[in-house]
Amino acid sequence: MKDALTTFTRSRIFWPVVALVALLVANTLKTSSFLSVRVQDGHLFGALVDIARNSSPLLLVALGMTLVIATRGIDLSVGAVVAISGAVACSFIASSPDPASPVTVLTAVGIAVGLSLVLGVWNGFLVSVVGIQPIIATLVLMTAGRGIAMLITGGQITTVNSPPFKTIGSGFWLGLPVSVWIAGLVFVAVAVLTRRTALGMLLESVGINPSASRLAGVHARTLIWTAYALAATFAGIAGLMISSNVMAADANNAGLFIELDAILAVVIGGTSLAGGKFSLSGTLVGVLVIVTLTLTVTILGVPPSVTPLFKAVVVIAVCLLQSPVVRAKLAARRRPAVVAPVPAKVGA
Amino acid sequence: MITHELEPAPSPAGGAQPSGAAGGTLTRVASALRLDRRYIPVIGTLVVLLGMFALGASRYENFLSGRVISNLLINNSYLVVLAVGMTFVIIAGGIDLSVGAVVALSGITAASLFQSGWPAVVVIPLVILIGSVLGLVVGVMVHVFEIQPFIATLAAMFLARGLAYVVSLSSIPITDETIVWLSSTRIPLGETWSLTPSGIIALLVVAIAFVVLHYTRFGRTVYAIGGGEQSAVLMGLPVARTKVLIYVISGTCAGIAGFLFTVFSRSGYSLTGVGMELDAIAAVVIGGTLLTGGSGFVLGSVLGVLVLGLIQTIITFEGTLSSWWTRIVIGALLLAFVVIQRLLLVRRRV
Repeated sequence: MKDALTTFTRSRIFWPVVALVALLVANTLKTSSFLSVRVQDGHLFGALVDIARNSSPLLLVALGMTLVIATRGIDLSVGAVVAISGAVACSFIASSPDPASPVTVLTAVGIAVGLSLVLGVWNGFLVSVVGIQPIIATLVLMTAGRGIAMLITGGQITTVNSPPFKTIGSGFWLGLPVSVWIAGLVFVAVAVLTRRTALGMLLESVGINPSASRLAGVHARTLIWTAYALAATFAGIAGLMISSNVMAADANNAGLFIELDAILAVVIGGTSLAGGKFSLSGTLVGVLVIVTLTLTVTILGVPPSVTPLFKAVVVIAVCLLQSPVVRAKLAARRRPAVVAPVPAKVGA
Repeated sequence: MITHELEPAPSPAGGAQPSGAAGGTLTRVASALRLDRRYIPVIGTLVVLLGMFALGASRYENFLSGRVISNLLINNSYLVVLAVGMTFVIIAGGIDLSVGAVVALSGITAASLFQSGWPAVVVIPLVILIGSVLGLVVGVMVHVFEIQPFIATLAAMFLARGLAYVVSLSSIPITDETIVWLSSTRIPLGETWSLTPSGIIALLVVAIAFVVLHYTRFGRTVYAIGGGEQSAVLMGLPVARTKVLIYVISGTCAGIAGFLFTVFSRSGYSLTGVGMELDAIAAVVIGGTLLTGGSGFVLGSVLGVLVLGLIQTIITFEGTLSSWWTRIVIGALLLAFVVIQRLLLVRRRV
């Protein structure tokens, strides 16, 4: 038991979990009903459900990002893909004769996700076949992507009125939001695929040493290509959620900075940007920390203008606590006493 | 002292290696012209720039006037300064995502201080210093705490943007006499050409950066770190100091750019500069700097900024094209340049 505790406190996921718990406690102290979940009209309601629902798009994007980062890459274009996917789906539904029919919506979803997959294949082609550095290869689509989304919507915010489409972002199924089901399913699928098969290990081997893994017979090119294709596909699904939530496609603002939030979630979750070992549960915790942080700021009554500052301070604190220097110092200090309280100093 | 010892020597002219497609042809042309291969990306940028000028001149009257070309520099002076700072960071193998937010922070701080009646003599150095201090924080995070530059500067971006929101959420106009004078003065050069104080400041920054990067020990250390940090350490170069200084330089440039942008817009707003860091990175890449570090030129980045500005100008001249075509064209150009660089790199390894 004690060993398990020590392992946990030494693991990279420890500080993010502490941050998450601290945020939840702070919220509960402020509003005692924070943790309560009530049933209304057969749906679950409450702050925790809100956190889960708001986390869904970011979790999808961050999952794809985790896989890409594990291969020693990065995908900056996911925000643009979110915008394109939303733009395509909304434009298709808005221009169809029968926006409310499930067939229209399913076709729209199919086209949007298919196009996202194509964009991901394009990114993967640039990275794995042409051999351009990931940050630049995806910067191309990041720059051009919002322009393409504007082209699709004709520079306007396309609004749609279609109940089936609304379900993706704000519907409920078996008491839980549909978006949570989708994100949860994808999470489980990715977890099973990477952790119950050799796929995860192969991805890590590509990230740790591409040449060595190629020499060992790993199809590095196919793996990297797949990672980018998946990242864009997940971003496309997230784009559907985001546009369905507001029932509109905003080419300029949909998914703005979601790539940065996703990268942050992955890093907070303990996956190194240098590639190699990745942690899906870490990413989940990272996403929850970021989303809870945003909600906390509202609940604690911090003025909205201070939100980014608050976020920056927490991010810097978590990053500093995870940095090799601080970890070494903490480990050295912790060895004599079992659990020494560590003052969480912020800033430099 | 002028040579770049850290660059690989160019291969002998007319080398008989098997050639790739475009890269090979380019290299052969270069060796026939006795050009250093390092200059090829920059020359490519120059060719594109001249081609765009030719395209503009053939399609529109008055395109090749002094006014259009002067405005190109004047309207992009802040981006020139940003790109110069970014060049240092990228050559050393890092990246700085915080510059756009720093532009907003220094702009809104300047506007708010002017509003409370501070004199320009105090405010201008102060807002530039804000950039330097943030750069120092990033430098310490990157070097001492070994946080990846991408994440450290991302955190700095949130920090700067957050501080800007705290200063003010609304746009503050500036009525200070010095700023009004700086923004309305135009120094005529000949018939149609002119220059503004902002343009002069930008050119000064470029000149200083050029000398520092190409003719000083510090500059060569920057190249050495980008070429291989461990080798630089083993060579006994002051890697720690240089790495921190690089981010201070980038931060300072962002502070100056924020000041120039304030002069340009004669107001401060905490939402300015969203995505400006991407424009700066794109300009640096189009200007021929490799993102892996170790290779690139300040003047190349200036050409990169001019290419971006010219795309905007042509789209304005065209009139019927929507503004979002700018982003698509920039993306396409970025792609073309990166692929050409890649071909050159493949060629170099052979």
